[in-house]
Amino acid sequence: MTEGKTLTMSGAGQAVGKDYAMALLLKFRTVLALVLVVAIFSVLAPNFLTVANALIMLKHIAIVAILAIGMSFVILTGGIDLSVGSIAGLAGMVAGALIINGLPLTALGVVVYPSVPAVVGLVLLVGVGIGLFNGLLINRFQVAPFIATLGTLYMARGAAMLMSNGETFPNLIGNPALGNEGFSRIGAGLLLGIPAPVWLLAVIAAGAAFVAGSTTFGRRVYAVGGSERAALLSGVRVTQVKYAVYAISGAMAALVGVLIASDLVAAHPASGESFELNGIAAVVLGGASLTGGRGTIVGTLIGACVIGVLGDGMVMVGISEFWQMVIKGGVIVTAVVLDRLQERLG
Amino acid sequence: MAELMRASGVKKRYGGVTALHGVDFAVEAGRVSVLIGENGAGKSTLMRILAGIETPSEGEVYIDGEPVRMNGARDAAARGIGMVHQELNLCPNLSVAENIFLLGSRKALLDRPREREKARALLARLRQNIDPDRRVATLSIGEQQIVEIAKALAEECRVLILDEPTSALSEAEVEVLFDVIGDLKRSGVGIVYISHRLEELLRVGDSITVMRDGRIVARAEAADTSVGWIIEQMLGEEGRLERADTPAPEEGETVLAISHVSRPRDRTSAALHDISMEARGGGIVALYGLLGSGRTELMEVAFGARAASDGTITLKGEDITRLSIAQRVKRGLLFVSEDRKAQGLFANLDVGRNMAVSDLASFAQKGVIRNASEQGAVGRMISRLGVKTASARTAITALSGGNQQKALIGRALMPGPAALLLDEPTRGIDVGARSEVFATIRQLAADGLAVVFSTSDVLEALAVAERVIVIAKGRIILDIPVAQATEARLIRAANAAAAA
Repeated sequence: MTEGKTLTMSGAGQAVGKDYAMALLLKFRTVLALVLVVAIFSVLAPNFLTVANALIMLKHIAIVAILAIGMSFVILTGGIDLSVGSIAGLAGMVAGALIINGLPLTALGVVVYPSVPAVVGLVLLVGVGIGLFNGLLINRFQVAPFIATLGTLYMARGAAMLMSNGETFPNLIGNPALGNEGFSRIGAGLLLGIPAPVWLLAVIAAGAAFVAGSTTFGRRVYAVGGSERAALLSGVRVTQVKYAVYAISGAMAALVGVLIASDLVAAHPASGESFELNGIAAVVLGGASLTGGRGTIVGTLIGACVIGVLGDGMVMVGISEFWQMVIKGGVIVTAVVLDRLQERLG
Repeated sequence: MAELMRASGVKKRYGGVTALHGVDFAVEAGRVSVLIGENGAGKSTLMRILAGIETPSEGEVYIDGEPVRMNGARDAAARGIGMVHQELNLCPNLSVAENIFLLGSRKALLDRPREREKARALLARLRQNIDPDRRVATLSIGEQQIVEIAKALAEECRVLILDEPTSALSEAEVEVLFDVIGDLKRSGVGIVYISHRLEELLRVGDSITVMRDGRIVARAEAADTSVGWIIEQMLGEEGRLERADTPAPEEGETVLAISHVSRPRDRTSAALHDISMEARGGGIVALYGLLGSGRTELMEVAFGARAASDGTITLKGEDITRLSIAQRVKRGLLFVSEDRKAQGLFANLDVGRNMAVSDLASFAQKGVIRNASEQGAVGRMISRLGVKTASARTAITALSGGNQQKALIGRALMPGPAALLLDEPTRGIDVGARSEVFATIRQLAADGLAVVFSTSDVLEALAVAERVIVIAKGRIILDIPVAQATEARLIRAANAAAAA
């Protein structure tokens, strides 16, 4: 009797232990994926694990991550924002136009050349504005987020092309006489040897993680994604929350547009194309659910790292562009399958 | 007695439908005002108006004698009005504490330790040992109901509206809730209480208000009333279901047999324990049980919409336990869900297409639907069941609840079934339409079908069925011919089992 009991108990203990290990493995799957990806490329590409390369990769990651952090808020409410890539493109073009052509105030008959901080501020406003427009379509006219933001994807891209007839704004170095130089420092500058976009990402990620996890606004975002009806009946102003998340996403996309244009010292109207897909992939890799209510900023950050490292690593190893796509797709699908598995176990 | 809140001459119209025809209702400090009526009587609409979720089309709501226009749940909460909704309204992705303080505070920052502590205190008040950090998705339905109540108590409320708070609670949990209601009463909170459990109402209520068809038809002090009085007021004259004079149809062979079926309880549904029952051709079986008794689960298991962990189901002698829904339908087992809106109607399609969908293959040649043959079959079914619709092309949403239900029954009949499972076929339809639906069901049995229908209304069970099965807590408590069944016996069986 006693023996049998002990046996069962130890058996149960083992089963629990195994389940626990499995759950742990699943929980940290994105971190494991990141470690795995870094390890593989370190072996395959000798100069992969150098400081110089790490800094370049971090810069690329910053672009994906900032976009994805904005996207995270939208996805946490159960929405989606397809317009971010186009917003980034348009934002770069607006920045370029402001530096090269200035802001013509026709009523006063003058052309104002805003300083670089003012340019960034105006461009962010453009991003927020498009985000609010998305929010208007979704809240006021009950358009499904997928369609609403698909529409703005085309509109914003078209607007970017229209700004210069599809041409590039080159040489965005500004003019000392106009007091608008220094644009390139945002994307290409270094602080303590670390690229400025990486610093920006650090600040934004920390801020976003705090907002999502520790503020009433963050709580409401999760609530709307968990059950819009429950949120509504609890007195959450659901429409306000939705306006806010699309505005945040728009602002982050615009910032990414500025970073790219600044880094290249040129604004190209096609830049940022299909970035929305990288953003969504990073959020999903980070463990968020596309139906809303589940996911974290830290997860998104790690997801963006996986996307970034995978992309750069495959280029360094010399994998063909076509295989790169296949592998990236495979990683995303695997992540979602594991996520489903975790849901069932958890 | 201090009056906290009052609805005066409140009317509510939705499009062309009037849900409330000028209702007066008062909430008094330290008293439990019970509101009762059948589904669709207008109780929930009235509650939603009191809770500020909807605004009346006409009439006024007064708080402390002042007329108010409330703008949403938050506004109502600020005025001290809390509501526990009938359907659970929690965010499954968040923890218990996060749900209780879903709004956070007025400050921008969350104070998680304090939230956790307050949540624990609230749950302790409800005598529950639920970890505030647990995700709501992992709680049982009963526990979720408790969290919902804790959430309403978290706000300092003066008026608390409870819409069927006990539907998912165990007897012990109900006792705790009643204790808490007692505490609240003593501290001067006015409570509005809605439930379908009549004995419960008389115990907890101070005054009883009965609604029917959007009107208040009777009001009395709880001490002066009885279960019989309430039932009489609820049903009114036309609602009395008389047993048909037609002789009971000849019962035939066993068509559907369920034997020793069990399944564990999960997050959203009740368990079933060793259920055995059968339905014969030409007979009607009533499955009488309260919400959460397992009656829906039993039907869904029989139909294949939920898996049984144990037991077998046979149709006309063939074991169908492992078959898919589509295969069961093909063999002649059909099901009409209680949730017409979510699991029945295709709101985007017309009446005819709604009905024809179950038997498309027989109207089609090489995958192309033959309109003439579809329309012919639909037309015959419409006249057979007496569905009141302008034509088969009318939008299904334009029909009344009762006629929608008939159309759905029609859908289930299209493939020519041998057995029909109807889960609460009278839910959400008015009393007049109810007797028509039952006349239809009787006719179907007379045509030789085996019919099983579930109900939470004893009188329905007694008036329609040849056999009554009482189900409670996932077990069959009683399985008797209708001749041996009385109202009291059925109610006692269901409640005794629920209490055990």
